[in-house]
Amino acid sequence: MGRDILLSIRGLRIDGRSGDAWHPIVKGVDLTLHRGEVLGLIGESGAGKSTLGLAAMGFARDGCRISGGTINFDGIDLCTAPEAIRRGLRGKRIAYVAQSAAASFNPAHRLIDQYCEAPVVHGVMPREKAEGDAVDLYRRMRLPNPEDIGFRYPHQVSGGQLQRAMTAMAMACRPDLIIFDEPTTALDVMTQIEVLAAIRDIVRQSGTAAIYITHDLAVVAQMADRIKVLLRGDEVEEADTRSMLAAPRQAYTRSLWAVRSFARPEQPPGRGTPVVSVRNVTAGYGAVDVLKNVSFDIHARRTVAVVGESGSGKSTAARVIAGLLPPRKGQVLMGGKTLPPGFRARSRDELRQCQMIYQMADTALNPKLRLRELIGRPAEMYLGLTGTALEARIRDLLALIELEPDTYIDRLPSELSGGQKQRIGIARALAAEPQLIICDEVTSALDQIVQEDILKLLDRLQGELNLAYMFITHDLATVKSIADEVVVMQQGAVVEHGPKAALFAFPRQDYTRLLLSSVPEMDPDWLNRLLAARGEDA
Amino acid sequence: MAVLVSLIVGLGLFFIIGFAARAGLRAAAPARHRPMFRDMPLTASFGLAVILVYVVVAILAPVIAPFGEGEVLGDQYLPWAAPHYLGTDKLGRDMLTRLIFGARNTVGIAFATTALAFVAGSVLGIWAALAGGWLDQGLSRLVDALMAIPALIFSLLLLTIFGTSVLTLILVIAAVDATRVYRLARSVAQGIVVMDYIEAARLRGEGNWHLIRREILPNAMAPLVAEFGLRFCFVFLSISALSFLGLGIKPPTADWGSMVRENATLITFGDITPLLPAGAIALLTVAVNFVVDWQLQRASGLKE
Repeated sequence: MGRDILLSIRGLRIDGRSGDAWHPIVKGVDLTLHRGEVLGLIGESGAGKSTLGLAAMGFARDGCRISGGTINFDGIDLCTAPEAIRRGLRGKRIAYVAQSAAASFNPAHRLIDQYCEAPVVHGVMPREKAEGDAVDLYRRMRLPNPEDIGFRYPHQVSGGQLQRAMTAMAMACRPDLIIFDEPTTALDVMTQIEVLAAIRDIVRQSGTAAIYITHDLAVVAQMADRIKVLLRGDEVEEADTRSMLAAPRQAYTRSLWAVRSFARPEQPPGRGTPVVSVRNVTAGYGAVDVLKNVSFDIHARRTVAVVGESGSGKSTAARVIAGLLPPRKGQVLMGGKTLPPGFRARSRDELRQCQMIYQMADTALNPKLRLRELIGRPAEMYLGLTGTALEARIRDLLALIELEPDTYIDRLPSELSGGQKQRIGIARALAAEPQLIICDEVTSALDQIVQEDILKLLDRLQGELNLAYMFITHDLATVKSIADEVVVMQQGAVVEHGPKAALFAFPRQDYTRLLLSSVPEMDPDWLNRLLAARGEDA
Repeated sequence: MAVLVSLIVGLGLFFIIGFAARAGLRAAAPARHRPMFRDMPLTASFGLAVILVYVVVAILAPVIAPFGEGEVLGDQYLPWAAPHYLGTDKLGRDMLTRLIFGARNTVGIAFATTALAFVAGSVLGIWAALAGGWLDQGLSRLVDALMAIPALIFSLLLLTIFGTSVLTLILVIAAVDATRVYRLARSVAQGIVVMDYIEAARLRGEGNWHLIRREILPNAMAPLVAEFGLRFCFVFLSISALSFLGLGIKPPTADWGSMVRENATLITFGDITPLLPAGAIALLTVAVNFVVDWQLQRASGLKE
């Protein structure tokens, strides 16, 4: 490549502190980025992707330190440059787009005020010009009402729009380099496409170089010119996107490619009385109906996946079954008997039959309780176990979720990894010996390798314990691997419902087809083809 | 010069007591808790040592004290000399004896009051946050109304109605303080009750008492403990103020607040004796806050 080198990192080492000791997070990584080039950084969690991305701005998080190597940005050594110079670069020549735009925007200021901050502070342009520029960028990011959207507060805009507003904000000073840290991970597939297309166009049009950090290979295949694979702070390999996808050299890279191969055989269709059946349920908050006349059944040993974009009513359906939201019309039957609409009116045994596993294990587990109590409490409450019987049951449960009982029984949730926390969520649900487990986006906060383990665990448990699962997700890859039946929801109504194989092969509804075609594929031309195809339709 | 010497002696004592207490605690603690004491800062071990001394003195007061609590022994305002090592007060009672008994009364009452205020205030506050709706509205507006009345005037009013005894004193000050604790506990708990783990516990069918005790309280501990340290000191002041107005602890019962007032005339003669009980209050206040700070740091440090 004949273009100039913009960023060059040589032998970079970064340490993180745990207690009194420093341990390496990034172990001597080299990175070269040319002007206008997009580099994809991939790897599982803990690979040091984000740390490396931040280091490209000469920044180390609290509790981290850059302990060796050089970071050369366009002739400036960011490791030795004084803080004033580094601060002058950030926001002006190097910008950063974080994973969760909702958490990164200041909720107390309007979007346009936050947009104008960087250009005005760096003296790039006066406020009036920056405002006009913002509208222009909002339009190019294909945000609705570009003239007005800047005057809204972050909570008045949807997640996908916020992520685009954040990208526009990063572009404000026309930087030479933008670092994208998992910008679409928290979005559903339909929104993800819009954001990906907008990001890619704006980066290409302005000739900005970018580092794109993600754990989703299919996404990085659309965005990056080159891909670098990281594993525990070391580089595994680096190559052109196309050659990397076609012929990965290292075994680890091939294992990443193969990760979505888990698919379990479809279970025989359910017979007899369904474990749970939802009959003509209409429910909502305030005056709005979020669910409209929804019906479906879940049989023992079957997994029913409920899919749809954000706001389609998937989680609301789960809340109705759990009794958190009493329906306006219709009813929920369990084992053929009508359940009281609100959970307070249900008997302890009815509560026991239906357990939930949450998306964010961090907020679903009480951080001050040890695993012994977290898992033991349902067993103590529902099954009346005490003393040694309870202890034995806790140990059985820990063994069931593949955690060593002696090591883990007295730990706090903060002493576990993300995947382990989710396992504890599963164990807590199992402790009640339920018939139905509602899994609300249980894998979406985890990286793919851990996702795979959790799915395999859930599958094994279903076979051993005769469980029925209601699996709420926006990730169709997860649906493909674990579901028996699929319920597609759109705007609170069931659009399509059927066995997985039939639904994936012959979607009957336009919406289902749209949803299915939105799942990123491991093909660098996929986004182009898709956008071209949709462009013709429109 | 004298200031410098006392400063150096003070600092020296602080380090010696701190190190000695830490070494002692480390040796005495059961193996499970030993790591907790290993990383203990010097301030915390000093604080713990001071509190320990106060507690021992308070419990063993009748054994240690050389004379009786209300015994009149000789002339008033005797200088520091044996057998009255800290002299006598304006009625000729032994100053050292009264300081020792004062520990029992003042610290005991202050602790009982603060503990009561915290139990009542935090349980009600968390309950209100958990239940929401009418219960929350009712309790909160009641507390608002109580807080609108100046604390001292309100306690005076209550003490006049119910009469002055140690028990009513404790109950009245606890009731006034509980309103502040209620406010804090409620606002902290409001942030906690929306978490998924509370929803999970409710879906499990847990009762309110379990939710408050096991699910919410452990997570609300850090700000409550910090508030405890502060409240404890304020209660000293309230008791002293009420004693000064004649509605607090009744003579001849010794308490540090009224001891300062009774002997205040001595200060004009350049005698520091009346400042000793004030110093005792100050030292305990500092010690309690050292320990509270340490606990706070531990609570927040564990999260990461």
